[in-house]
Amino acid sequence: MATVVTVTSGKGGVGKTTSSAAIAAGLAQAGHRTVVIDFDVGLRNLDLIMGVERRVVFDFVNVISGEATLNQALIQDKRLENLSILAASQTKDKDALTEEGVGQVLDQLAEMGFEYIVCDSPAGIERGATMALHFADHAVIVTNPEVSSVRDSDRILGILQSKSKRAKEGGKVHEHLLITRYDPVRVENGEMLSKEDVCDILAVKLIGVIPESKAVLKASNTGVPVILDDDADAGLAYGDAVARFLGEDRPMRFVTPKKQGLFSRILGGGD
Amino acid sequence: MALFGLFSGKKKSSAAAAKERLQILISHERQNRHGPDFLPELQRDILAVVKKYVAVRDDHVSIRLDRAGDASVLELNVTLPEN
Ligand SMILES: Nc1ncnc2c1ncn2[C@@H]1O[C@H](COP(=O)(O)OP(=O)(O)OP(=O)(O)O)[C@@H](O)[C@H]1O
Ligand SMILES: [Mg+2]
Repeated sequence: MATVVTVTSGKGGVGKTTSSAAIAAGLAQAGHRTVVIDFDVGLRNLDLIMGVERRVVFDFVNVISGEATLNQALIQDKRLENLSILAASQTKDKDALTEEGVGQVLDQLAEMGFEYIVCDSPAGIERGATMALHFADHAVIVTNPEVSSVRDSDRILGILQSKSKRAKEGGKVHEHLLITRYDPVRVENGEMLSKEDVCDILAVKLIGVIPESKAVLKASNTGVPVILDDDADAGLAYGDAVARFLGEDRPMRFVTPKKQGLFSRILGGGD
Repeated sequence: MALFGLFSGKKKSSAAAAKERLQILISHERQNRHGPDFLPELQRDILAVVKKYVAVRDDHVSIRLDRAGDASVLELNVTLPEN
């Protein structure tokens, strides 16, 4: 049985694709056969973040419409042998994602022996997003510590709890909160919602806090999931999040301001 | 930072304001979420009836369903214009 992990947020640009790439790579690194699917039909980007943009021949929609087999469309990652990527279509529109079609592709991936199917949801609550939510066993709610992102996350939780396949069958989707673009200095100054604030409001179990980090842009520039960057705070934080997802207990890192120089310490900054 | 804190100590931080606003908004939105699907239409119809008699703005009519024990309470708020 494959586990479907949907990475979702409602609001755009909060870090879903960055997180999908990191989580999928992390699961593969931990030894699990993993496939990551781009549900953002019309606005494909996961291929770039994964660094496979030049290897896309067939996509998710081609498979659904029978123009290609899954084997033809899956792209094997060159760094991690357990990881495959299924790109979104750049030309078709989102209505190409039918519930029946998506369901069949997911079933087939499970038959092929994939343990985890990570779904990179598009922003919004239209077709691509609702399809990714519908089939979720687990949902990673990506939230920035900012009012509109938190509100949209709550909206998505409502959809998960009423419209997902699991909910309709009387079950529950496992919910995990992933806070990204966290700036501990601004939190300390009272300018940004803290991780505790966001947890209080959304009441979802926190799986990780990813700091605002220059390493994320560098990773996307080069097409390497940031989790593979062992020198980067964001990469290490994603590593912790994946370990927690897999049941490990790890303390949160990078959630307090970095130690500062002597001067600012005398003035009372830092920790 | 600490020095700055001395001068701005009294004022509530913007993060605290954000949290408070979100808590109020989200608890409201969660209540409506579990409401029946006809609520928005009911709100439109009631608004149309009210408008037949008084000139009110659309956002001055609010309707919500609250659950109190095993009873549901339909709460209608109409802010009438002055005069
Ligand atoms: N922790 C972080 N630190 C700094 N920048 C980040 C971080 N996470 C994401 N970003 C940046 O934010 C932008 C949006 O990220 P990403 O594409 O992953 O978001 P998304 O939620 O998938 O967006 P969309 O809704 O458009 O699909 C990118 O430029 C990315 O580099
Ligand atoms: Mg994206």
